[in-house]
Amino acid sequence: MLKIKELRATVGDKEILKGIDLTVKPGEVHAVMGPNGSGKSTLAQVLAGHPAYTVTGGSVEFDGEDLLEMDPEVRAQKGVFLAFQYPVEIPGVSNAYFLRTAYNEIRKARGEEEVDPMDFLDIMEQKLKMVEMSDVMLNRSVNTGFSGGEKKRNEILQMAVLEPKLAILDETDSGLDIDALRVVADGVNALRRPDRSTIVVTHYQRLLNYIVPDYVHVLANGRIVKSGGKELALELEAKGYDWVTGAQGAAA
Amino acid sequence: MSTTAFLDDVRAATERDGEPRWLRDLRARGAERFAAVGFPTTRDEDWKYTSAAPIAELDVRAISEPGGEVTRASIAPYSFGQDGWTTLVFVNGRYDADLSTAGVASAGVRVLSLEQAREEMGDLLRDTLGSICDVEQNAFIALNTALFTDGAVIHLAKDAVATAPIHLLFVSDAAAAKGASHPRVLVVAERNSKATVIESYVATSEAVYFTNAVTEVSLGDGATVTHYKIQRESPRAFHVGTIDARQGRDSHFVSFSFATGAALSRTNVWTILGGEGCGATLNGLYMADGSQHVDHQTRIEHQKENCYSREVYRGVLDDTAHGVFNGKVYVHPEAQKTDGKQENHTLLLSPRAVIDTKPQLEIFADDVKCTHGATVGRIDNTSLFYMKSRGVGALRARQLLTYAFAADVLEQIELDAVRESLEELTLARFTGATTAE
Ligand SMILES: Nc1ncnc2c1ncn2[C@@H]1O[C@H](COP(=O)(O)OP(=O)(O)OP(=O)(O)O)[C@@H](O)[C@H]1O
Ligand SMILES: [Mg+2]
Repeated sequence: MLKIKELRATVGDKEILKGIDLTVKPGEVHAVMGPNGSGKSTLAQVLAGHPAYTVTGGSVEFDGEDLLEMDPEVRAQKGVFLAFQYPVEIPGVSNAYFLRTAYNEIRKARGEEEVDPMDFLDIMEQKLKMVEMSDVMLNRSVNTGFSGGEKKRNEILQMAVLEPKLAILDETDSGLDIDALRVVADGVNALRRPDRSTIVVTHYQRLLNYIVPDYVHVLANGRIVKSGGKELALELEAKGYDWVTGAQGAAA
Repeated sequence: MSTTAFLDDVRAATERDGEPRWLRDLRARGAERFAAVGFPTTRDEDWKYTSAAPIAELDVRAISEPGGEVTRASIAPYSFGQDGWTTLVFVNGRYDADLSTAGVASAGVRVLSLEQAREEMGDLLRDTLGSICDVEQNAFIALNTALFTDGAVIHLAKDAVATAPIHLLFVSDAAAAKGASHPRVLVVAERNSKATVIESYVATSEAVYFTNAVTEVSLGDGATVTHYKIQRESPRAFHVGTIDARQGRDSHFVSFSFATGAALSRTNVWTILGGEGCGATLNGLYMADGSQHVDHQTRIEHQKENCYSREVYRGVLDDTAHGVFNGKVYVHPEAQKTDGKQENHTLLLSPRAVIDTKPQLEIFADDVKCTHGATVGRIDNTSLFYMKSRGVGALRARQLLTYAFAADVLEQIELDAVRESLEELTLARFTGATTAE
């Protein structure tokens, strides 16, 4: 599904990703952990196509196609979804209108028929229930004035509606209380299918109790310095990052 | 600069017979004043960013025979889908009784054309007309005072509440070409009365003409007047309009100015909060493209204690359009506890579009809370990326963000029919679509 090879990226003249290798197969859940500033969000944003980052080396293949060649909207239309660490507020565009526009643009790109507002409302109703959100939120402007938790839920709502093949969650768990965390995890798990994959970026092992990963990677200083199974997350929780990042320092 | 054509008009007007003495005197004062000062130049501080020269050089004459072929069908798109509203229709500046509708009557509310009002409310007119908008204020007011022939008078008796909005619809069609009209509107809201007034300036052709409107609003103690001005003149027209309000104690004046038309337009919205506990809300949205020039000047004068003013103007400018926003707030020494807030935000869609925005706060009281903020920006890349990351194409994302920027201030409009209609208009302008939510 996703093949990242030797990926390097800069912002300004600063190199942030220094050669990332990561392969995600259909149906897999990968967790990416690592200290602050290690490049986790950068990796996520580069995959989504954020124009602030320049890819200076390596390749990313998504379903056999060159992902880096695609505009951000094309990536989304092909099934890539990024739940932002800091969701963007868009005053003046209602959540419902935005979601319907996105939903229909994606359908259009895939040669499917657009859905009219009434039918879309039916789809929404079901998804809202899943993320335990009130339909009042639909009429509010996208993320505007939402609490931290509401913003994260809204990201999951968008994900649930757009049903991506590859969902990348960038610290969707941070700042959530336990109930919200469960909602987020349920949303992700409900979407799980053998042909869909998830990359979960997180600081805490806590989320991984609910979304059980197949693989855990540690990102430090722009590189993946250690990979392992779900037990690696527990080990990181117990020992912190120093032992992995320190090992990387010694090897360099 | 030549103002000859206008001076010819002025001469003709002062020789009009059949008008009462007071009116002839009023006109004469306007004529004198205009002849003395002429049109403003850009040396005039209030006209620094807008040159009146294109107006002065216009070869237009006051319209004496309105003519025109305006029908119910041709004005339907401008009626907000409402038949229940009291609507006075003016074709090329002249009141058209056939196209007008009486609407739902409310006790104590009178809506008359200026001519009718002269017959039926002569004393009120004599005492009020020109008392708010004095000819000394500027050349355009002086010119209007010398030349107005038609317009409307709205009188709200003490405690009267207009249950339906009152719509004054000024339509210009092809017959307006090379013509000038000087509509005059007077709104007198006695103590504790309440009404919503909409003034629309629309065109069914692309003719070159000049509209020079003056609206005076008098708010008695506790009165509330909501005034919407919709300026959708022909893209080649010239429009100057002043709305000037005087507020009594505990009164509320709410104004919204929507401007998308005219090659050159200047809208003044002025109010004096002349009693304690008043509030003024002045909002607006201007959208211009091509080589349009759109200018708003607001002036809020706080004279008394414990009043508030709220002001949000937004603008979207494309191509080589030029926007001007000048927001004056004047707080007198005795206007303690004044609470004033002013914002102006402009979105530039093209590198060649220009905005001159100038907040002007003059505060002479010490215990006040007054803030202002102006931003000039382009489409936000973060929002753009966010939308794209959800599969929305670049063009559509830009359109939606532009619409959202503009619609933000439309949310302030309380009257559903007007808000929805302007939202639709705005959405269609940027996306070509016809339904918003
Ligand atoms: N747009 C940007 N401009 C400048 N520096 C940036 C930008 N984006 C990221 N960086 C820098 O790149 C480094 C990696 O940032 P990134 O956000 O990817 O880290 P992270 O692992 O997601 O951290 P956190 O755990 O705090 O979310 C940091 O030093 C950060 O300051
Ligand atoms: Mg991050």
